[in-house]
Amino acid sequence: MPALADLIEADRQVEHHAPWPRAVVAPKLWNLAVEQLANGRWNLLGLWGEPDKVHMALLDEALDIGVISLDCRGGRYPSVGQHHPPALRLERAAADLFGLAPQGLPDTRRWLDHGQWDVSHPLAARPGGPPAAASYRFLVAEGESLHQIAVGPVHAGIIEPGHFRFTAGGETVVRLEERLGYVHKGIEGLMAGAAIDRAAKLAGRTSGDSTVAYSLAFARAVEAALGVTPPPRATWLRALMAELERLANHLGDIGAICNDAAFAIMHAHCGVLRERALRAADAAFGHRLMRDRILPGGTASDLNEAGADAIRSLVAEIRRRFPHLVELYDNTASLQDRTVATGRLKVELARQYAAGGYVGRASGRDFDARRTPGYAPYDQLTFDVPVLQEGDVNARVWIRVREVEQSLSLVEQILGRLPAGPIHIDLAVAGSAAPREGMALVEGFRGDILAWLRIGEDGTIERCHLRDPSWFQWPLLEAAIEGNIVADFPLCNKSFNCSYSGHDL
Amino acid sequence: MAVILELAVQGAQMFSVLLLAPLLIGFVRKVKARLVRRQGPSVIQPYRDLVRLMRKEVVLADNASWLFRVTPYLIFAATWVAAALVPTFATGLEFSWAADLIVIVALLGSARFFQALAGMDVGTSFGGIGASREVMIASLAEPAMLLIVFSLALVAGATQLSTVAAFMGSPEVGLRVSLGMSLIALVMVAIAENARIPVDNPATHLELTMVHEAMILEYSGRHLAMIELASFLKLLLYMSLISCVFLPWGLGSAGTGAKSLAIGAAAYLGKLAVLAILLAVFETAVAKMRVFRVPDFLGAALMLALLGTLLLFVSRSL
Repeated sequence: MPALADLIEADRQVEHHAPWPRAVVAPKLWNLAVEQLANGRWNLLGLWGEPDKVHMALLDEALDIGVISLDCRGGRYPSVGQHHPPALRLERAAADLFGLAPQGLPDTRRWLDHGQWDVSHPLAARPGGPPAAASYRFLVAEGESLHQIAVGPVHAGIIEPGHFRFTAGGETVVRLEERLGYVHKGIEGLMAGAAIDRAAKLAGRTSGDSTVAYSLAFARAVEAALGVTPPPRATWLRALMAELERLANHLGDIGAICNDAAFAIMHAHCGVLRERALRAADAAFGHRLMRDRILPGGTASDLNEAGADAIRSLVAEIRRRFPHLVELYDNTASLQDRTVATGRLKVELARQYAAGGYVGRASGRDFDARRTPGYAPYDQLTFDVPVLQEGDVNARVWIRVREVEQSLSLVEQILGRLPAGPIHIDLAVAGSAAPREGMALVEGFRGDILAWLRIGEDGTIERCHLRDPSWFQWPLLEAAIEGNIVADFPLCNKSFNCSYSGHDL
Repeated sequence: MAVILELAVQGAQMFSVLLLAPLLIGFVRKVKARLVRRQGPSVIQPYRDLVRLMRKEVVLADNASWLFRVTPYLIFAATWVAAALVPTFATGLEFSWAADLIVIVALLGSARFFQALAGMDVGTSFGGIGASREVMIASLAEPAMLLIVFSLALVAGATQLSTVAAFMGSPEVGLRVSLGMSLIALVMVAIAENARIPVDNPATHLELTMVHEAMILEYSGRHLAMIELASFLKLLLYMSLISCVFLPWGLGSAGTGAKSLAIGAAAYLGKLAVLAILLAVFETAVAKMRVFRVPDFLGAALMLALLGTLLLFVSRSL
């Protein structure tokens, strides 16, 4: 049984790739890695294309991370998805963008490309003409008296667009199929050739609610590629922002899940707390969502005493009021009746898909990028990673509740030990002899965000891939809803709260 | 002259329910908003919504049949007549001979029948889901309602609301267990019939969880205004029914002069306000139940009503 490191060392290792190694491997080793994925020993962290290559980020049993790449002769490569389903949509997306043809891919329908673009394969070496309009064939479910319900992409509420095709027998869901890609913004295309500061802005706009986590992932990847370390104060400020973002989003989610069970009072109270968190962020860093506050090389704004006080009073207020809300949630039988045992996600599936965040942790997957692989300053902070085994909506709410408590403690620790010093260093980007590559794995509120990029000799981004945690959570939603009733879908969906924008790129 | 006066009083009742119904909904929404610390829209917002809808053009599906276009007016007419028959501030009005509990149940049942048909008419999946859920709820709520009617008829000796109200207001009622059971059952039926939490959520944007709203998703403009107004009227109807049968104090009666009618009107408004606040508090305190829990909920209503009726027989035979 090979370790990932051996596999990478055995082949042509790429020189400037940090902090984890990357190797261009032969098809045989590629297939060996796929086998490890398929039999569940390794986890797939990401799969992305380039005009003539395909890359795969892996996490092995020893929690080592590495990237293997395969040259695609004639734009073809052996499909990962045929043996390891979590790669399916990633491969379909890479096929749409780069024209790479995975050999043996069981599902060759287009994914991000809805036939609305002027070109086909926009990021390929030679993009093709506009694709012929083809209707999308949804997977069939056959049986007596089954009926289909088409929902979206435009919904009755103000939420992001996505299409859900239910096949139901009466009220019971027999199959759910998602169709995403409606908010494709061409982030990967815009990144190519962009200067670092512009690319950092783009990264921060991949998924609006995770703007801090995305900026952080991008900044860390750039710093890894250039081999620089930001000043300590910047590192701590970044963690502070990340925890504030997590707090705000988790509070919003807890309220929104209850609201989908028509329990509006929880929504109102959590909404107040979320708003307080956003205002504290505004007072401390000058932007409610802290967009563009994290830059490669440090942070854009410092924390003054007034800002620190605002955050301290926020923590005090949440500590005072949140326990009552948790009690209200726990003691309302009508609400518990909706969340307990609804939308159960099996532990095996969470493991197979390497589901991050609350989705994975509510189904027994004990993984948090802040701990593994870990990054500063979390190695100096104490926090728990809550894990539950039930995998239902209730468990996903409880993971969020526990993470709110952990984030409060982290914010307090950071405020208490925030080092002094500069918050930014200038990056010497230009003038390098060879392209430099970097990657980062950062824990956003949804789960681990992967950023991989290559900086060219002229100091601009050659290729940047950002993998949202939702890539591995959306397919699990399809599995979790099976056998539930149609009317419980909104509740399950909100408890997953996957990103459309981050997924559609 | 007396006939004209009586007709005027009856007419006043008919138009006052029409005018009051949006205000009642506005008030319930306002109280709910205040309970979750929101400002909430003004209490007259439902009137503005109705005016807005009346002005908007109607968007019809290509395959909508005549049934789809006629149904909103049918529903509105049936519900309005039913709501106008229930004694609000006075009993014994000109048309009170028609104010029979069974008539009211039948009118509402017909309205629902057409609404469910229209929901399926254009063939969208949501219309079908909504209609099937609505009929499932109705098939349990209607028997419960009829059993409540039986209990009341057995106690009061009539199904005519004026008579029932007069009897309930008289001292000979006493304290009866079966009436208490009927009251609880009627409240449960009212919650289900009016698509309130925990059976349905009138404020939801989640199309997959809707019952009543899913059926009318395809409606727009004046058609939607008619259906909305009918649903406002229905809430008013049930509140009037509860207050007239179980809280008959202060009810005026025809021909007793303007003063007693004014007292009746004031008492009626007070009862509505109290019931609206109770509804808002209840809705804020519970979550919506799973669709398949609704039969349990309505089954309880049915059993309570049945027990109430049985108890009456048992106590009579003793």
